[in-house]
Parts: sequence; structure tokens; C-alpha cells
Amino acid sequence: MIKKIITLFLILIPINSYALIEVDITRGNLDPLPVAVSPLSIDEKSRKSFEKALKKKNIGEEISSIVENNLSTSGLFNPLSKEAFLQAPDIANLKPRFEDWNLIKAQALITGKVNYVDDKLRVEFRLWDVLAAKEMMALAFTTVPSNWRRVGHIISDKVYERLTGEKGYFDTRIIYVAEEGPKTQRIKKLAIMDQDGFNNKFLTLGNELVLTPRFNPTSQMVTYLSYFKNLPRVYLLDIETGTQEVVGDFPGMTFAPRFSPDGKKIIMSFAKDGKSDIYTMDLENRIVERITNHPSIDTSPSYSPDGKYITFNSDRSGYQQIYIMKSDGSDVKRISFGNGLYGTPVWSPRGDLIAFTKLHKGKFYIGVMRTDGKGERLLTENYYQEAPSWSPNGRVLIFYRETKTDDKGKGFTAKLWSIDLTGYNERRIKTLTDASDPSWSSLLSN
Amino acid sequence: MKISKIFKNALLVLTACVVLSACATKKEIATDIQGSMQGDVYTGTDTVEYLAEGVPDRVFFATNESILTTASRETLRAQAAWMRKNSSINVVLEGHADERGTREYNLALGERRANAAKDYLMTYGISSDRITVLSYGKERPVDSGSNPLSWSKNRRSVTVKAN
Repeated sequence: MIKKIITLFLILIPINSYALIEVDITRGNLDPLPVAVSPLSIDEKSRKSFEKALKKKNIGEEISSIVENNLSTSGLFNPLSKEAFLQAPDIANLKPRFEDWNLIKAQALITGKVNYVDDKLRVEFRLWDVLAAKEMMALAFTTVPSNWRRVGHIISDKVYERLTGEKGYFDTRIIYVAEEGPKTQRIKKLAIMDQDGFNNKFLTLGNELVLTPRFNPTSQMVTYLSYFKNLPRVYLLDIETGTQEVVGDFPGMTFAPRFSPDGKKIIMSFAKDGKSDIYTMDLENRIVERITNHPSIDTSPSYSPDGKYITFNSDRSGYQQIYIMKSDGSDVKRISFGNGLYGTPVWSPRGDLIAFTKLHKGKFYIGVMRTDGKGERLLTENYYQEAPSWSPNGRVLIFYRETKTDDKGKGFTAKLWSIDLTGYNERRIKTLTDASDPSWSSLLSN
Repeated sequence: MKISKIFKNALLVLTACVVLSACATKKEIATDIQGSMQGDVYTGTDTVEYLAEGVPDRVFFATNESILTTASRETLRAQAAWMRKNSSINVVLEGHADERGTREYNLALGERRANAAKDYLMTYGISSDRITVLSYGKERPVDSGSNPLSWSKNRRSVTVKAN
């Protein structure tokens, strides 16, 4: 069902190699770059064809507003109000009148057009440096019309990449657990949506408890924990075909699954006789390997992006702390030494940081530390929150937070939130229902 | 001898006074959870069901702990006696944690708590074949409140008839 990989017919019109505008994403950006997103121009014939096919009155405007929303939520850009635009979209795309865009304080301008060609959607767009009066990038591609939201995300990614020098994270999806009902009988379903909350789909019916879904970084597979038949086990789900299977043949609870960075193994915990240890299973030859062997709880394993190390959570010191070890289980080292308890370590896709949940004096924090445990930074504090997951470019963390709805502690809501690695730009991600355990996919296209 | 006994009694009275006065100063908190928590282990009977007369179905734990208290061991001895009497009955031990912890760690902790109960039942002659362990972590609280008393009721291992 999902998703014909977008075919990018790249007509790369030469890109100027010298940097014009640059956006620094390594610091909290308190002064987002003013950018004008001119609606994609569209001729009347194409507009009508899209209206018929997609039930959208003006697909050019729709795609532009996706781009605007993405750029705005990144916190790095400030899309300007369209009402101030002086130049019509079609003319701006040919040759912007830079003085007009300068007048409304735009530093970057995005223009483009969209056509209906042979039942396909063809889009072209340009990024302009207003102050330098130069084109920074031009790109065109063709896809099936139903992919129109992804077109907006791909444009956003290209603009983000051109202006920040790093890959974007907009053409991605989030798998999560949709929740409803009272706390004592919570109903949980697997759900998937685009990174901006659109195209939500439920993948399970809620008949059994499901927890902690995680994407395979290389394919459309998901691993998660299901209580199917009251046997908590790690499952593998193909979201294209809907087929699922139990991972391994363990005589007890398996949980806390994640994929290896090459997508070929699942790493997880297996609990037996009050002890939880870490195991891997190779998805090709089904060989199971035991990685830790300790009378403590060892769980929440996560590989480094090169696959050589594993970070995990253990209470072998007496309380929950974060450890790292080589991927064969040797050289175990504790890396968290601050006050409080530490859980849910997740290695950044950039390799340099580990994100975690910290519990201290009744508060929950999402934070990051270097892989040697130094440089701990707490990004956000709240009554209850946990389970950070990295954006594929390692710049944003998504997590979930529960909030009490009255002061007696009765009633609560669970929502997804994201925050930049800088500690700025915390925002709630809209979901149809209550939500928890988010996991961010890799970029769907590159 | 007699004098020492008197002295001992006096000491007891003295201790009682200290305890009482301590209670008096913390009255507001104490009235809420009076008599239902020891340390942070739940000792009340709210939420407790009975497998048979005098056989409570659950035991409670301190935060982050899986150690059985004296009261828990007493409950489990009663369960073991009941299981010996009813040799056809098998049980599932459902281990739970409170919400103040990360999900995955709590799954492991629930498993560890249920196993603490299982081990104790086995030392009282119950075969491991008759016991299944199932951890729910923090997924199935019995009390939906977010306060120390609610959490104490949720840190539990519940013995459920499997057949």
C-alpha cells in the first residue's frame, strides 16, 4: 500500500557552489530567516485536472502551504505573510523582481509551478537569494498526483539542505502508539502518519496491547511489542504488506526491540527468571545471539550508527543507568553518573550523542550526553515524559509527554512533542488521538 | 530484672510518644494514607481480591524494588497452601510497576516482581509448571491516580487463576 518510492526525475539546473545565505542550525535560532514562499503557479487546465483527481481546489497553493508549515515548524525559518507579496506566482517563478521581495524583508524566496502531465504531477521550484539577487537552486520532478503532500515535503527538504548544509527531515513518517480510554484499561493501536501529522493510519485494531514501535532505518519494516494472546513478544511488521511475525522463539517475554543500523538485525531484551538480558536476531539466517549475561535488568538497547557499539539501560549498579559496550557485548562501561535515574538511551544518527530520559526528584527530563557520558544537557523538564527518538538528521528529538488534566492527578493526556537539539523550539505534534512511543523514519527519498 | 523490664516499658512508651508526636506534626499527609502504607509499600486492602477465604491475591512492593515484605511472604504462604490444596489450579503471576518509570525498564521490573513471588511459591512446594509469569510493566495500573498512594497500589504482583 505504501508508497511507490517517488521517482525523482532530476533536472538539476546548475547550482551555484558559493554559499549565499546560510542558516546556522547548531545554535538556538532566535532570529529565524525570513523567507517568502510564493504559491506554486498553476495553469487553469492543470488546476482543473488536479481538482478532479485530488479534490483540492488549488494544488499549487496546497503544496506551498506544506512547505511554509515545514519551514516554520523547524524554527529556523520565518515564512512571511502571503498578503504582502507583490509579484504574481507565475511571473515570480520566471524572474523575481528582487526589490519587491526585499521590500517585505524576505531574504530567501521560493517559487515554482506545478503541471498536470500525462496523469502525473510535474513540479519545478527555485530557491532565490533575495539580497544577492541570485538563484540558489532549481529542481524539477514528476510523481503520481496522490503523492502531492510528499512533493511539499521534498521541496522543504531540498530548501532546508541548501540553506543549512544538512539533510532535512520533512519527507519522513512517524510510527507511534495511538491511545484511548481510561488509564486502567488503556486501548493502544499502532499508528503511522507523516511527520507533519497528516495521512494518519491505524495499523492494528486495538484488540491487544502494543508498545514501542520502531522503524527499520533501511526499509518499510517496523518492530514492536505486542501482547497478542497475552504473550508479550517482539514482532516484525511489514507496513507495505501488513504481514507480521514473531521475532525468534523465546520461552518468555521479549521487549525493547530496535533495528541495527543496516536493518539486518533486531536487538531486544529477553526476560527470564527476573533477569533481563540483551539478545540480537539476524533477520536473514534467524541466528540468535546473546549479548549480555548479568543478573540485573539490561534493556533499551540501541546501536551506534556504525553498528560497532551498543548503548543500553541497566540497573547492575543498583539503579537504572546508561551503559555502552562493543556490539559483541564486551567492554561494558557505565556512562551516566549524574544525580537521578537514567533510561531509554538512543544513539544519535550522527553518532556523537546519546539521547535519554532522566528521572530526578519526581521530574522527568529529556536530555543528551556525549558517548563518553560527558557534556550532559537537559533539553526539557516535565512532570512525566520519556522515549526520545531522533530525526534522521539528528537535529530534532520527538518524545511523548503525559499531562495531568486536574490537580488531583485524575485524568491525563498523552501527546507527542518535539524539541530541537539546541533545547529550543519545543512544540506539540498534532495527533488524532492521545499518542505515545513515537519513532521517526529515515528520509523516504533522498 | 524487674527494673530493667520497667525501664524497657518506659522506653517503649517513650518511643511511642516520639512516633505519635511525629505523626502529629505530619497530620495532613498522614490522614490521607494512614494505615495503608509502610515506608512506601501499600499495606491496605483496597483493590485486593481473594482467591479463597483468607487468601489475598496480591502482594505490594517498594519503589524500584522487588523484595518481598513480611506481609507479602505471609500472603504468598497462604497462596501456596491454597494451591497445594487445589492441585489442579494453575496461576498466572502478573507483575506491575507504577507510572513513575520508563516503559521498557518497567516491563523488566514487573517481570522481576512476579518472579520474586514465583520463587517464593516454589520454596513452599509449588511446581514451576503451575506458574506462568506475565509482566505488564506500567500498562495496567489498578488505580489511575498520580500520587504516592495510587502508585503504591500499582506496584504489585497479582496471582490470577489460569484455569
